[in-house]
Amino acid sequence: MPSEGDVIERKGSLGKLRNTPPPRTRTNALKYEMSAPKPWLVNIGRLSLFLAVLLLWELGAGIGLVNSFFWSQPSEIASTWWIGVQTGSVWQDTFYTFRSTVYGFLLGTAGGTLLGLSFWWSKYYARIFEPFIIMFEAMPKLALAPIIVLVFGIGMGSKVAMGFAITVVITTLTTYNGVRSVDKDLVRMVYSLGASRLQVFSKVIVPTAIPAMISALRINIGLALTGAIVGEYIGSEQGLGRMIFYAGQTYEISLIWANIFNLSILSMLLYILVGKLEGYLLKGFTHK
Amino acid sequence: MKMNPYKMELENISKTYPSGDGTLVQALGPIDLRIPNHRFVSIVGPSGCGKSTLFNIISGLLDNTEGAIYVNGSRVDGLTGITGYMLQKDLLLPWRTILDNVILGLEIQGTSKREAKAKALPLLHKYGLKGFEDHYPAQLSGGMRQRAALLRTILYDRDVILLDEPFGALDAQTRAMMQEWLLDLWDDFQKTILFVTHDMEEAIYLSDEVYIMTSRPGTIKRHLLIDLPRPRKPQIITSPEFTQLKEEALRTLSEETLKAYQQEAAG
Repeated sequence: MPSEGDVIERKGSLGKLRNTPPPRTRTNALKYEMSAPKPWLVNIGRLSLFLAVLLLWELGAGIGLVNSFFWSQPSEIASTWWIGVQTGSVWQDTFYTFRSTVYGFLLGTAGGTLLGLSFWWSKYYARIFEPFIIMFEAMPKLALAPIIVLVFGIGMGSKVAMGFAITVVITTLTTYNGVRSVDKDLVRMVYSLGASRLQVFSKVIVPTAIPAMISALRINIGLALTGAIVGEYIGSEQGLGRMIFYAGQTYEISLIWANIFNLSILSMLLYILVGKLEGYLLKGFTHK
Repeated sequence: MKMNPYKMELENISKTYPSGDGTLVQALGPIDLRIPNHRFVSIVGPSGCGKSTLFNIISGLLDNTEGAIYVNGSRVDGLTGITGYMLQKDLLLPWRTILDNVILGLEIQGTSKREAKAKALPLLHKYGLKGFEDHYPAQLSGGMRQRAALLRTILYDRDVILLDEPFGALDAQTRAMMQEWLLDLWDDFQKTILFVTHDMEEAIYLSDEVYIMTSRPGTIKRHLLIDLPRPRKPQIITSPEFTQLKEEALRTLSEETLKAYQQEAAG
């Protein structure tokens, strides 16, 4: 708190302000805030963490600290995985799940986009459907898996249907929101040029909705993969989900981990692919 | 068909809206305007007087409650595509290049893209957008975007062009430049222009005639003939004739602005 003395002293000499901390040189803390971490150091850190977890797990299982019946251990998982690689089942199952996921993703995204766009055509139709769409979106679609497998069988059809069911609604809503966000003045301008409704649709509405659709891609690929895996859990002859489920029932814990490893690789691969697709599409359609 | 010397006529145009309690609220009019061919006509009025409503009616985007609009003697009220229309917002489609934006009107009329581009390119070159054909709107300044929007309107090739505060969002220097440019375009293409603005100086400087509107519901309060010689130089705004016109116009406008303010304050 300043006292009377301060004021008096202030008048005479600016340098002798009491209760004012001296000016600081740039501190190390500030330097740190402004700096960026070195990439190679980050990578070493990540690798070390991963290896440390594996090592502790392996050692823990060796001295009985970790129950290897329930948790298995890295060395065993690696050898199980290697057997899968040699027999070719790893590739087969991964490719099967990959295909189901991609088909479901493509169908769901395309179907949702068309549905979302179609809502622009009739306000009545859109208003009538809206609550049902939202209800379906709120429902956990995975709960449909048993019915879908019953209806579509244990082949790839049911996995694709799962992927479709889980992605179609979110895409519909995203696209519809994109359609509704259209600049009304833009629409009026195009009408003032004597455009028909179809022309407004193709020249304004569709291009407006495209960025929303693109933003749905990344979400959809993850959802489609989840759908395919759950479909495989319920009933399937192939696929990573089916292997995980089968291994769980027969207590082959290392086989579960080996397939989860494959699944992670697949999932990363899909994200990278869709990320590339997204970047490519965004570059083509938005010019910010 | 009516035979007459006017390019566009508005007869008894009015607009009423149903209000919340079921009564009708008069938003505009009645308005009568007669605009000869190749005239530059400005409309100035207090905000909220219905200038934009009037333009929406003329362009066919909004139905008038009463009255009739004639262009070249044919009745056109309720029809879109009769007039060229440009707003303060450039309304360029962000996903289209400048060239593709400029040809939008032609494209909608069914002209092939190739033909439309062949028609548009010389215009872009002549009117200051050379080198920007393949740019996207977001890469251009506000003034450049308004140029493109105006060229789109010109290229749409209607006799009557409605400009609703086209330079309202631009800075003063850009605005002055755009005014010169608009006068060039108007002269080159022999259009009839109807121009809405808040800026009395702009209205007088550009126009042959200025209409001053009353506060809501907007009607024509005053018609000023601007008989300053053309071509006009920017320095003209300091001449005694100009100053006198401006003073007279502003006095009329300020009465209405005050009324509009009182209306608003009274709720």
